[in-house]
Amino acid sequence: MSIKPVESLDSVVIRFAGDSGDGMQLTGDRFTSETAALGNDLSTLPNYPAEIRAPQGTLLGVSSFQLHFADHHVLTPGDAPDVLVAMNPAALKANLGDLPRGATIIVNTDEFTKRNLAKVGYDVSPVEDGSLESYHLHPLRLTSLTVDALADFDLSRKDKERSKNMFALGLLSWLYTRPTTGTEQFLKNKFGSKPDILEANLAALNAGFNYGETTEDFAVTYEIAPAKMQGGAYRNIVGNTALAYGLVAAAHRSGLQLAMGAYPITPATDILHVLAKLKRFGVITMQVEDEIAGVGTAIGASYGGALGVTATSGPGVALKSEAIGLAVMLELPLVVVDVQRGGPSTGLPTKTEQSDLLQAMYGRNGESPCAIIAPQSPGDCFNAAFEAVEMATTYRTPVFVLSDGYLANGSEPWLIPDVAKLRQIDIDFTTEPNDVDANGEPVFHPYLRDPETLARPWTLPGTSGLEHVIGGIEKADITGNLSYDPDNHDKMVRLRQAKIDGIAKSLPDLVVDDPSGDAGVLILGWGSTYGPIAEAVRLARKDGINVAHAHLRHLNPFPPNLGEVLARYEQVIVPEMNLGQLSLMLRAKYLVDVQSYTQVRGLPFTSIELAAVLSKATANLSGAIR
Amino acid sequence: MTTIDLGMPGAGTFGVPHLHEDAPPLNKKELASDMEPRWCAGCGDYSILAAVQGFLPELGLKRENIVFVSGIGCSSRFPFYMNTYGVHSIHGRAPAIATGLATARQDLSVWVVTGDGDALSIGGNHLIHAMRRNVNLKILLFNNRIYGLTKGQYSPTSELGKITKSSPYGSVDRPFNPVSLALGSEATFVARTMDTDRKHLTSVLRAAAEHRGTALVEIYQNCPIFNDGAYELLKDRDEAEARVVHLEDGQPVRVGADKLVARGDSGELTVVEAEGADMSRVVVHDAGADDPSTAFQLSRLDDPTMAHIPMGIFRNVSRPTYEDLVHAQIDDVVNAAGGSATDADLGALLMGNDTWTVAD
Ligand SMILES: Cc1ncc(C[n+]2csc(CCOP(=O)(O)OP(=O)(O)O)c2C)c(N)n1
Ligand code: SF4
Ligand SMILES: [Mg+2]
Repeated sequence: MSIKPVESLDSVVIRFAGDSGDGMQLTGDRFTSETAALGNDLSTLPNYPAEIRAPQGTLLGVSSFQLHFADHHVLTPGDAPDVLVAMNPAALKANLGDLPRGATIIVNTDEFTKRNLAKVGYDVSPVEDGSLESYHLHPLRLTSLTVDALADFDLSRKDKERSKNMFALGLLSWLYTRPTTGTEQFLKNKFGSKPDILEANLAALNAGFNYGETTEDFAVTYEIAPAKMQGGAYRNIVGNTALAYGLVAAAHRSGLQLAMGAYPITPATDILHVLAKLKRFGVITMQVEDEIAGVGTAIGASYGGALGVTATSGPGVALKSEAIGLAVMLELPLVVVDVQRGGPSTGLPTKTEQSDLLQAMYGRNGESPCAIIAPQSPGDCFNAAFEAVEMATTYRTPVFVLSDGYLANGSEPWLIPDVAKLRQIDIDFTTEPNDVDANGEPVFHPYLRDPETLARPWTLPGTSGLEHVIGGIEKADITGNLSYDPDNHDKMVRLRQAKIDGIAKSLPDLVVDDPSGDAGVLILGWGSTYGPIAEAVRLARKDGINVAHAHLRHLNPFPPNLGEVLARYEQVIVPEMNLGQLSLMLRAKYLVDVQSYTQVRGLPFTSIELAAVLSKATANLSGAIR
Repeated sequence: MTTIDLGMPGAGTFGVPHLHEDAPPLNKKELASDMEPRWCAGCGDYSILAAVQGFLPELGLKRENIVFVSGIGCSSRFPFYMNTYGVHSIHGRAPAIATGLATARQDLSVWVVTGDGDALSIGGNHLIHAMRRNVNLKILLFNNRIYGLTKGQYSPTSELGKITKSSPYGSVDRPFNPVSLALGSEATFVARTMDTDRKHLTSVLRAAAEHRGTALVEIYQNCPIFNDGAYELLKDRDEAEARVVHLEDGQPVRVGADKLVARGDSGELTVVEAEGADMSRVVVHDAGADDPSTAFQLSRLDDPTMAHIPMGIFRNVSRPTYEDLVHAQIDDVVNAAGGSATDADLGALLMGNDTWTVAD
């Protein structure tokens, strides 16, 4: 127990920032884990440089990890940090703009050398010139403190310096009364085979912790009470892992072999990485020559009766478009994961955006409808993937899962699902003739549809007596024979559309959170903006602003009551990280004058700015009584 | 590390359900779909279709376990005329789709039918990667040296200077030699044959089917409408006899009745008179040679004037297939864990190593 006074806080946002080589992601991960173990709710967001080897000490090379933890439900990684840990001048400079006055800054002054300062354009050290006066500044010689603490170790100075992130972690753990036992165990697992490195890291961690306790630099320590959370087992999970697990769980529940074809692309690659490890679950991963082959192999696998999946980002979807159209025509199950990033072209590969909605919706030749599902938080990627598999197999159609960079790399505590309660996915392959011909003889018609779902039979090669050829050329209704008949084409185009539209019948109604029941403004989001929007709504309501909130998970088809919901509100605000793609769809479909609020900075919205939007919108209401 | 010992790869159709030995073999008719082929009169595709339908029953496979996957082009209409399973996919992508299918289903005999444009232009990337992976696919490349379906543009196998509608001044593109390309792509089976030589075509298809791994079979195919006579020289018995380089395993490589292929002083291959040839320098064909260099050299004897046209099986070596390796890795892990994953395994995966519990 600390001998210093302890102060209680309800929520804290910390950002660890340093050079790519400083181990900030690891430091953040470990602090997250300690925090989760204490029962705080939390949300995290890493921010990586796009260049793998950006020059050391430059702004381009800054890597950061933000963590928001609280004694209540946390919806976002936090708008602005309360604490910045800056390991070098670049990290300070790159992040200072995000800090509110009064925030705490811990800097590693050992790195504030003339050379490093010059690299980022500081003539004088900001630590010394008084420019940081309005912050709580803690200039610490983190590197030399670490090296001093490791004086007795037979390691090179370089190796000793490497442990400075553990020193920082120890210090922060002390400052926020986090236990370090989990990290100690983690280090033992990681460096078990290198005892001297292990001992050095443990010593640095301890030294950091003790430094907080003994130095006069820090007068108080803080504690944050556990949050009230639903009972159960939790882990911290990032969106890409949750998404991969959702696919595996659905494959397991359906009895299908998961077959993924993929080509590496940021920020989707980790889905491939996770699945490649899961051979235990019979998962086939094929890292193929390009994105077209990625979707091609998935389609081939689905045709063979596996669960064909491909995961990519926007540029990859562009390459896959023609083949996704083929899957629309073949009417085979296919899951296409698009982890969206900043576009167009290579755009901002490591940043987030929601600008592929229209690509998923319309980015193919011909009338080529696909279902679209968007998860709303990192953990929710599991559910979205699971549901996509259910939909793809039930309706024999490509289904898009629209994740994004923010969800993919962000993390949150995840209530681990009870496997026994995961829905069963029944797959029924057609193995017998399904129709009779004019003479009453049994025949197989590959495009005879289920009257309820309009799905066609899923019949596997190897099934005797049902041999047939499918392909991309238009087929005759029912028989699936080639057909160039105008009326038949018109009918088939409409049938394929009706099949996707009909999925709406199986969707739950859109739930609107409107506690007063008489809000005039509805804020409607989709995908990863859920957290910032929900937080903004909470802030607005605290200020007495009456707003309703709803979040779309199904982008195609929309939930059945959406039109009715939109009509109920005098004003509908749709924030998106694009130039208004959902707004365009809503306006076109429901003839509702939704107000688009957009931003494409590669970063999530802040809840403060959205709360301001809500405040303005309610002030402008006509006051008309509905 | 997992070690994968598959032993000697089995025959190409190992693992594919065969008809009962007492059951009558399939006949050619049963393999023909009820769709009338719609190629132009005299198109070489007809002879290839007939040869495939005629030879497939030999394999003794169940019809339902045979799948033809094609791209787009005249040649790619092939699956429609086969009474088997089939996918007529999109331009160039058949090798990718077939790779996914063959990997998911090792109990299928998967054939790819493609054209020179389909395989070598738009689908070139998929083709070379299927070959280097050694997926158990039989790829029939119908080479008519023209884009047939789009009505006669020059293709990646059209000769330099070719006059077509899209090259009215003559094509300035240098062509691919599909056999050289395949050998450079690590293909384990590479052959060339000809639409009109039924006997040779059949023998090559048979060997391809027996091969476990990717078999690339280039089939010279005449398009009488847009590139008639591309292989006219080979149709004349005497001309053919004079030009064809016969690749027969274990035999000296012969050109016509009286010439042989021999190795020159710098290692190059040359065609020499048989009479008086230094037999120590004559190349004896070895399709099973681990090193594809000689096969590649033989493929280079081919030249645009068609002075020499190597025909037959250039290379036929045993390597583990892609899908055998994929499944061996999975099986290793699954078997080591004592069988297929259970709910408990899934539960453990979801749980991970770093959990905490919140009391209700
Ligand atoms: C994406 C795409 N681009 C172009 C085409 C048009 N196209 C169809 S077949 C073909 C060329 C076919 O040539 P080849 O593969 O040699 O087949 P052949 O008709 O000669 O048998 C082209 C360009 C297409 N169907 N799809
Ligand atoms: S255009 Fe040529 S390749 Fe196509 S069907 Fe006619 S003859 Fe055959
Ligand atoms: Mg052609």
